[in-house]
Amino acid sequence: MIRLLAVLAFVFAPTGRASETLSIAAASDLVFCLEALNREFAKSEPSVSLRVSTGSSGNFFAQIKNGAPFDVFLSADLIYPIELIAAGAAEEKSLTRYGIGRIVLWTGRTDLAIDDLASVVRDPGVKRFAIANPDHAPYGRAAKEALERSGAWTEVRPKLVLGENIAQTAQFVQTGNADVGIVALSLVIAPVLNHSGRWTEIPSSAHTPLEQGAVLTRRGVSNPAARRYLAFLSTPAARTIFDRYGFSLPRSP
Amino acid sequence: MGDSTFTFLGLSSALWQSLGLTLRLAAITTLILGIIGLPLAHWLNTTRARIAPFLETLVTLPIVLPPTVIGFYILVGLSPQHPPGSWWRDLTGEPLVFSFTGLVIASVFYSLPFAVQPFQAALRGVPRELLDAGTALGARPLRVFIRLHAPLAWRGIAAGLTLGFAHTLGEFGVVLMIGGAIPGVTKVASIALYDEVQKLDYASAHAFAAMLLVISFALLLIVTLLQRRRPA
Repeated sequence: MIRLLAVLAFVFAPTGRASETLSIAAASDLVFCLEALNREFAKSEPSVSLRVSTGSSGNFFAQIKNGAPFDVFLSADLIYPIELIAAGAAEEKSLTRYGIGRIVLWTGRTDLAIDDLASVVRDPGVKRFAIANPDHAPYGRAAKEALERSGAWTEVRPKLVLGENIAQTAQFVQTGNADVGIVALSLVIAPVLNHSGRWTEIPSSAHTPLEQGAVLTRRGVSNPAARRYLAFLSTPAARTIFDRYGFSLPRSP
Repeated sequence: MGDSTFTFLGLSSALWQSLGLTLRLAAITTLILGIIGLPLAHWLNTTRARIAPFLETLVTLPIVLPPTVIGFYILVGLSPQHPPGSWWRDLTGEPLVFSFTGLVIASVFYSLPFAVQPFQAALRGVPRELLDAGTALGARPLRVFIRLHAPLAWRGIAAGLTLGFAHTLGEFGVVLMIGGAIPGVTKVASIALYDEVQKLDYASAHAFAAMLLVISFALLLIVTLLQRRRPA
């Protein structure tokens, strides 16, 4: 009975009783990496309660521009943070390049050779090819570029299914509903997905580098915990985690 | 897919395509809702079977169930990795998820209560004596239903069909989860609008949203008029 009351209290209690709260909006390629990062952050800052939202960078861009209550925004590119700065919705000097994203060709099917992008596209057994929506997801743009450069873009178009963000794209492949897809290395490298399917890296020369940046939003500027979190992203401990999740280090400025 | 592009009434050809697709999806869904919904409503009204309350609850479930629950089950349940999704793939060579047929299946399930409940109410509203008179004159139950019962309940049936149609237009969460935004196949109006907003193209988002608002308003007005002007 006491246990039940404790559970009910947890379910219905207002959140944010920790002394400081920090709201993070992160691109969905970070969904697993961020769990590791936040565990690390919590070691040194146990009193800060973190609220994490993951989704497509484009969606967060529009939301933050319209005053969404996030303190830190980790985008899957640099364009959205820079545009937010230009719009006065984020702080310029807080812009932190935290990594360069990599894309992989990923399949759950055992009978598919995935060494060459163009031949995967032309494989008649491949009916559905998943990428993130290139209109608003940075990984979708990179996937589109890689497909264009492989010369298979026109052939892949009738097979394309578009994920709203890169995590949904991965989920299309993982559930077997898409035969193959182009997803973020940071997702397939994560322990949760590591053993489902096979992947090959798409050379980073095949697309514009997915340079990724984090910024403090207008709201986050007045939150000291948010500033400490951004600084934490550049510490060796955080860099180790970024490396483990396939975000190669950005070239030193 | 034709690549001819044009702009009409402030909307790009891609948006018109998604609107056409949505209307086609809603029309086919409504047709199926009529074909399976009417007998179902009649059966639920008249049966004494013990499973009837469970079936009725099951039919009503989509009203309260988050669309993501339906989307998740369809995504996992119809996956070509196992039956029945694998049978479909063997039969047609294409996965059921991300297909127009997949959307029709999802929409029928999702919009069923919005058609069946008005159907049930309408059929119940027909005076028993009229139907008994038909039976007394020697008509078989099916004939009584088709020639007497359904025509007398036509307002409610029309309201149910319109509501089913309108609700299919309003579908978003399920399609977002199982559609894959394929132009002309699964990129329905609500998804197309979402993408315009994501692309930050607020001008066409405004035009498109206004058009969907007008269409939905007109459909609901029809339902309201059908239900207000009951025969005395």
